[in-house]
Amino acid sequence: MSFTIALAGNPNCGKTTLFNALTGASQRVGNWPGVTIDKKVGRIKGTDSQLVDLPGIYSLSPYSPEEIVSRNFIVNERPDAIIDIVDATNLERNLFLTLQLIDMGRPIIVALNMMDEIERMGDTVDVEKLSAGLGVPVIPISAKEKRNIDMLVSAIETVAENGTAPKAVTYDHAIESAVEAAENALSGKVPDESIRFYAFKLIEDDSAVNELAPGARDSISSTIESLEKEYDDSADSIIADSRYEKISEIVSGAITRAPRDEKGSLSDRIDRIVTNRILGLPIFIAVIAFVYFIAMYDGDLGTSPGAWATGWLNDFIGDDIIPSVEEWCVDNGVSDALTGLLCDGILSGVGAVIGFLPQMIILFICLSILEEIGYMARVAFVMDRIFRYFNLSGKSFIPLLVSTGCGVPGVMSSRTIESEADRRITAMTCTFMPCGAKLPVISAIAGALAGSAWVAVYAYFGGIVLVIISGIIIKKFKKFAGTPAPFIMELPPYHAPAFLSVAKTVFDRSWAFVKKAGTIILLAMILVWFLKSFDWSLNLLEEDQLDDSILASIGGVLSYLFMPLGWGDNWELPAASLTGLIAKEDLIGTLELLIAEPFDLDISDALALMASATAGKAADAMILSFFTFNMFCAPCFAAVGAIHRELGDWKSTGFAFLYQCLLAYFVAVIVYVVYSAMLGGLDDVAWYSIAFAVIDFVILAYFLVVKDPMHPFDKKGEVAE
Amino acid sequence: MSTLKDTAVGSTVKVKRLNGDGVLKRHIMDMGITKGVEIYVRKVAPLGDPVEITVRGYELSLRKEYAELIELE
Repeated sequence: MSFTIALAGNPNCGKTTLFNALTGASQRVGNWPGVTIDKKVGRIKGTDSQLVDLPGIYSLSPYSPEEIVSRNFIVNERPDAIIDIVDATNLERNLFLTLQLIDMGRPIIVALNMMDEIERMGDTVDVEKLSAGLGVPVIPISAKEKRNIDMLVSAIETVAENGTAPKAVTYDHAIESAVEAAENALSGKVPDESIRFYAFKLIEDDSAVNELAPGARDSISSTIESLEKEYDDSADSIIADSRYEKISEIVSGAITRAPRDEKGSLSDRIDRIVTNRILGLPIFIAVIAFVYFIAMYDGDLGTSPGAWATGWLNDFIGDDIIPSVEEWCVDNGVSDALTGLLCDGILSGVGAVIGFLPQMIILFICLSILEEIGYMARVAFVMDRIFRYFNLSGKSFIPLLVSTGCGVPGVMSSRTIESEADRRITAMTCTFMPCGAKLPVISAIAGALAGSAWVAVYAYFGGIVLVIISGIIIKKFKKFAGTPAPFIMELPPYHAPAFLSVAKTVFDRSWAFVKKAGTIILLAMILVWFLKSFDWSLNLLEEDQLDDSILASIGGVLSYLFMPLGWGDNWELPAASLTGLIAKEDLIGTLELLIAEPFDLDISDALALMASATAGKAADAMILSFFTFNMFCAPCFAAVGAIHRELGDWKSTGFAFLYQCLLAYFVAVIVYVVYSAMLGGLDDVAWYSIAFAVIDFVILAYFLVVKDPMHPFDKKGEVAE
Repeated sequence: MSTLKDTAVGSTVKVKRLNGDGVLKRHIMDMGITKGVEIYVRKVAPLGDPVEITVRGYELSLRKEYAELIELE
């Protein structure tokens, strides 16, 4: 028989490990409709049944997209059975979800996971008592040691085949009569089999149920009033309290705990040091510095494995593969256009991105080990205090850090942030951080500004400031901020990393990156190569004819746009910014081709010359303005693609793209004018630049200060739609 | 009225009532902080917020602004 089985459970209860143990390699990963939450589906080994992995959730309230997805799937898709995986070492909280799942009326069994841990701690669980208390079959397993997996599979198939709904777990008389009243009020408006679940939610005043059955809650208001009076508490508290009371009753009869070590478990002892009031921050900085050194560092102290491997791959692609392909093309009489497309367009473009792969793999390994052992939750714990100031939580730190290497994995690592609001904002803003590809730009600009060391500091510091500003601004837009989730976070016990699961995470993330390079980047590369290699009559141009290219005329049109920034007069600069969208280091490549090589200059000198010819005393300000815009405007297409993946739709992605460009534009104008004034070169600045700077400053200040910028005159503090 | 926010590190307290609005309160309850449950305050983060507690046998961290909503006996 082929069944559809849903796998539900809390976060950190071993759900992913069990999913992998049950399905082996046969899984597909997609997104749930409408939200960017992984939807994993796989075939259960040795059967024809498919297993659908529901998101890890603590409850079935309608407040987070994960909970809504799980709820809708069970109610609408009616899986033949549910496997509810429960962490035996954390039974009480895990069973809170179980009781709600049971109320949904689908056949269900409990997979009691982490039995190996239970044994190690010397505890015992009376599985039969637990099963009797819950009224559903309970199978003790260890997903990690693959213990009793076969037993679980045959049990779930039996339950699915028989289709037996679980018996309701009952509560006090007063609650049961309120449930009965609620069931009557809901009758016909919700699916019969799940009516008990909905009845509880109606009593809790659940917004989704109120929408399904408008007026139902009013019709039982007298029942609820008397319930609240009897317990002297609000209805939702009463329900949660009774559920937990019931759980305590069931658990206390079923589990025998061995006496604990006075000093606490090993995990406790580690944690006492790692998140220690005094040592916590230094340890955290040391760990992050270590990861950074292994994956990215390349400087006076030597070259890290990550930087070495990436350098090697880049050289291999640039110095070996591309020349040999080129040679082969020439030898075999391939047309110039095709050779150019293949070598200059596709191979160097995609190669520039793929070149970062070794570095990213090393970074992914470090990060997923930290994630596996449970340190990431502590990072969020330690950093939260800082990040909450700009409306984000401690969990946003990791994406920002990763983005200093490459924005693509940076954006991708925002996926581990549970709060949708924080996830979206982090994904939209973490590319403000200067990534590895921006480093060549930084050094070229530092050269043009007389070797100033502060250029790099400016880039990093500016990136952080823009993230902060954006955190404040974007949270004011309800639509893009999503629903806020409170920072209440489980700190799972530390445990040794499992090799297979680290390997799998690293592979999945790296593969997603490669796939992106192979699709969206490939297309973008082809487009830009086309634009810079042809004129409007589609003649293939020589390298020194770039002035006639389509790209040049687009750059010419864009010039007007960049006039207020002080560098619009030179079409080469807007054109370079445009190619920077493909990869930030392309910006340097384009400048080399356009302003440096033809005059036998290096880029820094060429920029400095061009600036002083155009802007006089404001020359340095013009360079800084160009730099500011390119550092902080929309990232490369690869990162935009990653942002699209996290935000889930092109509308939000478009908003993010425009937002980044506009913010960079605003800041660049302000920087241009202010720095010109500081240099005493304000006379060389156009009047409209000054006007723009003032207007931009006012707009930015407005969005930063006004509570609800889209509806400033509404008295209530509601956020904008 | 004493709340979890003012509780010293290392002490064990008992929950009397939860204040606050729907979503937040709901979330706190979902995590197992309900009337009558015992909470052990383990530590405060290096920068003074959030706090880490043990409740129903597991570790939970929450910001002080939410700890303030948890009224103690």
